Amino acid sequence: MTDAVGPKTPQGVGARLPRKEDERLMRGLGQYVGDIRLPGMQDVAFIRSPLAHARIRGVDIPEAVRGRVFTAADLDDVRAIRAVSGLPGFKVSEQPPLATGKVRHVGELIAMCVAPTRAEAEDIAASVTLDLEELPAVCDMRAARQPGSTLVHEHWGDNVFLETFIDTGIAAAFDAPIKVTRTISTGRQCMAPIEGRGCVAVLDHRADQLVLHTATQMPHVIRTGLAECLGLEEGRVRIVSPDVGGGFGYKGILLAEEICLGWLALRRRHAVRWLEDRREHLTANANCREHHYEITVYAERDGQLRGVDCDAIVDSGAYSAYPFTACLEAAQVASILPGPYDLPAYRCRTWSVATNKCPILPYRGVARTGVCFALELALDTVASAAGLSPETVRFRNLVRPEQMPFDNITNKHFDSGDYPQALRRALETIDADAVRARQRKGEPDGRRIGLGLAIYCEQSAHGTSVYAGWGIPMVPGREQASARLTPDGGLELRIGLHSHGQGLETTLAQVAHEILGVPVARIRVVLGDTAMTPYSTGTWGSRAMVMAGGAVAAACRELSERATRIGAHLIQARPADARFENGRVLGPSGEVSLATIARTWYRRPQDLPADVDAGGLEATSGYKPVRDSGVFSYAAHAVAVAVDPDLGEVEILDYVVVEDGGVLVNPLIVDGQIYGGLTQGVGTALYEEMLFDAAGQPQASTFADYLLPGAPEAPAARIVHMETASPYTEFGAKGVGEGGAIAPPAAIANAVNDALRPLGAELRHSPITPRRIVEAVLAARSVAAERKAAS
Amino acid sequence: MKPARFVMERPRDLAAALSMIAGADGATKIMAGGQSLGPMLNLRLVEPDRVIDISGVPELRRTDRANGSLVIGACVTHADIEDGRVPDVANGMMARVAAGIAYRAVRNRGTIGGSLAHADPAADWVSALTALGAEVEIASRARNSRRIAIGEFVVGALDVALAADELVTAVCVPVLPSSARWGYVKHCRKVGEFAEAIGAVVIDPERGRGRAVIGAVEAAPVVIEDARILFGGAIGPSFAERFDASAADALLVAAGMSDPIDRHVHVTVLRRAIGQASVQGSAKVLDAA
Ligand SMILES: Cc1cc2nc3c(=O)[nH]c(=O)nc-3n(C[C@H](O)[C@H](O)[C@H](O)COP(=O)(O)OP(=O)(O)OC[C@H]3O[C@@H](n4cnc5c(N)ncnc54)[C@H](O)[C@@H]3O)c2cc1C
Repeated sequence: MTDAVGPKTPQGVGARLPRKEDERLMRGLGQYVGDIRLPGMQDVAFIRSPLAHARIRGVDIPEAVRGRVFTAADLDDVRAIRAVSGLPGFKVSEQPPLATGKVRHVGELIAMCVAPTRAEAEDIAASVTLDLEELPAVCDMRAARQPGSTLVHEHWGDNVFLETFIDTGIAAAFDAPIKVTRTISTGRQCMAPIEGRGCVAVLDHRADQLVLHTATQMPHVIRTGLAECLGLEEGRVRIVSPDVGGGFGYKGILLAEEICLGWLALRRRHAVRWLEDRREHLTANANCREHHYEITVYAERDGQLRGVDCDAIVDSGAYSAYPFTACLEAAQVASILPGPYDLPAYRCRTWSVATNKCPILPYRGVARTGVCFALELALDTVASAAGLSPETVRFRNLVRPEQMPFDNITNKHFDSGDYPQALRRALETIDADAVRARQRKGEPDGRRIGLGLAIYCEQSAHGTSVYAGWGIPMVPGREQASARLTPDGGLELRIGLHSHGQGLETTLAQVAHEILGVPVARIRVVLGDTAMTPYSTGTWGSRAMVMAGGAVAAACRELSERATRIGAHLIQARPADARFENGRVLGPSGEVSLATIARTWYRRPQDLPADVDAGGLEATSGYKPVRDSGVFSYAAHAVAVAVDPDLGEVEILDYVVVEDGGVLVNPLIVDGQIYGGLTQGVGTALYEEMLFDAAGQPQASTFADYLLPGAPEAPAARIVHMETASPYTEFGAKGVGEGGAIAPPAAIANAVNDALRPLGAELRHSPITPRRIVEAVLAARSVAAERKAAS
Repeated sequence: MKPARFVMERPRDLAAALSMIAGADGATKIMAGGQSLGPMLNLRLVEPDRVIDISGVPELRRTDRANGSLVIGACVTHADIEDGRVPDVANGMMARVAAGIAYRAVRNRGTIGGSLAHADPAADWVSALTALGAEVEIASRARNSRRIAIGEFVVGALDVALAADELVTAVCVPVLPSSARWGYVKHCRKVGEFAEAIGAVVIDPERGRGRAVIGAVEAAPVVIEDARILFGGAIGPSFAERFDASAADALLVAAGMSDPIDRHVHVTVLRRAIGQASVQGSAKVLDAA
């Protein structure tokens, strides 16, 4: 144990340590749900609604497969999923795990078939006949708000889950000399972790527990939800989340499938398994992101903002997803649309609208990606209306470092940071002058160069005070961690949230190393199992490093204090004269290692002091930041593109991210988070869109139709870190998990618009597909031609 | 997404393959590389009783030169062509086209015969081989083998002139004269995707002749057997400058392409393919769009 302790030690906080978990994950030795083999395990295939909206008249199950097909009638003792928000006016949707009465979206579960293999279960599914009476479907969120629209939930009387309204006095901005209004929207997406959803359920008779192995980000929350729906005591449910191949929010919800499998396992003497296939994933489950904005920005001629006025609609789909509810996005839109800017006036009305599509789920960045897209595109139109550069408008309005901490117009408390500096560095790093010079010069191949900027700030690790107000099924409190020294001086950490690609097995070990000096290689991190870890709301909201990191630090400090007392006794020092350092206890007359102290506690208790802490070398501690309103990370993105106006192809020539996530526990991992998020952002910007036809049929059921960016489309981004410590958190850390995915759609769209502005074309919907570009360019050309003809 | 039950057979030679196909009762599917059939089976878009895997038939993997053309066995893979394991008789065009199909993993298995037999309108070989004036060779147990031009073989989207007992055995690609130039532009959304638009041209300015194909048009490609109509009636040394976009546009209108944006994109892609052909031999070949 020669490792030094203290900031910037080779393994502690700030070290660019390669990920511990990669040893198994990169060698194909990870254990995902799909790798679990239990004796006698059978497979489930679901029968899903082929229609977006229909009354179920009957399900005809052939005699030969009776007992292997289950419908809502069989699950009559199971409660519906109810994800209720306490916000006033919220309308509740009841989502029975298997549909009763009617189906409200394509892919909704109607029946469950079980067989020794998935192929046989699919054969059974194919033999069942559905008798459905098709109803008119409403698939456009704006149409859904019109009086007389088809109703998704009849008894509501309309299709609005929730409407919110805020006005700080927008009228004061009406006399502004510049007023721009835009309709801006983001397409519906399907977040696409490499591993889909899946679970294996089995009854453990010895423990008298239903054990659900499931790819989830929040095992403890799923335990509560599952127990409630199945009417079980929580003690009778154990959730095990093994290795998880990407979550992004899709694994942060309770699935109807999980409830069905749990119900089935309770009645079977063997394990049952469901592994989502891509068709299920794309057509029935992983929807996210569809926003529509009517935004007006008021400004002075010098770019000073006077106010922002916005109507925003989010297409929430048919049901409210547990635990975040159907109004997560729209309600967030209202509170975060002002972004990192100091706005004098603001009005925003939002609607979370129900449609006959599958429920919208939180996806990396959640509402921020849409909000950033709307506001940053609108700011570029202000800049062009004022004849100013896009950065001029931003510099004039960004919250300045000397204003920090800053309470913005929606009472968001920005803890620290230098937003203008991030933007300045982004402009320098991309060499904005050179890009613009190239733009002016023109390309030999006729493509057009554009430079795009986007900046955002992101509330991360927000806790009790924020969520209590929402009244959703889950309110994060103090995050806990258990730390235990092993008899030979190793360390075990147990934390209730989960890691699904973020490298938390490494970063949490780094935190423990920082405090206790135990080498990272000797620290095991146990996550994702309700039987082994303290309660946690899980990994979401860029909270894991701040919250679990803080908890690990607290538990390790507790251990170091207890160890110091034992160590002092062993070196015959008074506790007050002994100190803990470098993984050992030092005193005036000698020192003793943590390993010796551990051996003493476990194996030579005769050597312990009489007043030793009976808790020994195992401690569970809780943590929350000094302020739990969230700590704000932020980033400025700058991108240079070349746009082919005739074919609509966009090439990303250069991409720069200047980000500030506070003190970084592991910059290498943060880089990875940014690259991954950025690539997803490129998907949002240019490729990904789940379209529906008028009857509510999803138009993509494979990755041939739903385009994801691949390796060739991932930009070779350059990342610049700023590290402004948060005053409120352990080590000054902030959350950085989501940020990479927030700004790219806005930055890329602004770059494309910068390239096409001289042609008179402007894109305002993501993804910016080649076809949409060509459409806009041809429309602009014909307008220009008409104008020329008229003059 | 698991296929319905089927029986799989692997004939050892061509005769065995042909008699299996001829003797089949119930629904039978031929499988070559399985790159299109595999997903169709998994999605249960097809539910054959029998699948006959021809990838192990040696006669279908052979390549021979005969009578001014190269006869490429139906089971030769895109990767074989990309890597040059098949002689180059088209001045580099075949390897370039092959390299732009899908991803390497798909190219390792996907075959030239399977691609043509599948006849996806956006498939690269359908357009490229048509521009090269290639033919398919078709065999059955009952009849003599026959050859037909690809333009006649591919009759529509996913529709080919092939009887139930027939097999595509080879593709015959004529040796391109050294004076001929080619251009091939595939416009697609990202690396490895099927084309949104294809322009394929083979032009011989010395002889004043050329063939052009506009592909990925949701039906069989638009074939311009005599490309002179695209250049005001004659093909000379500076043909690219004389490209008549309105003539191409009119052909697309006649072919039923009503959407002006689609037409703009297809005409642009054709123009660029022609541009490629015009600089070939003289300057560096511009990369595909
Ligand atoms: C992800 C992905 C991307 C792709 N991208 C492209 C692309 O960009 N461009 C492109 O052109 N293609 C693309 N493809 C298709 C690929 O080129 C396939 O290889 C090709 O379509 C089919 O060839 P195969 O040998 O795999 O045929 P199979 O899948 O085995 O068969 C396809 C069909 O042809 C029939 N068939 C096969 N061989 C014969 C024969 N000799 N005689 C009679 N019938 C036969 C089969 O019965 C079946 O109906 C892509 C495929 C995938 C999976």
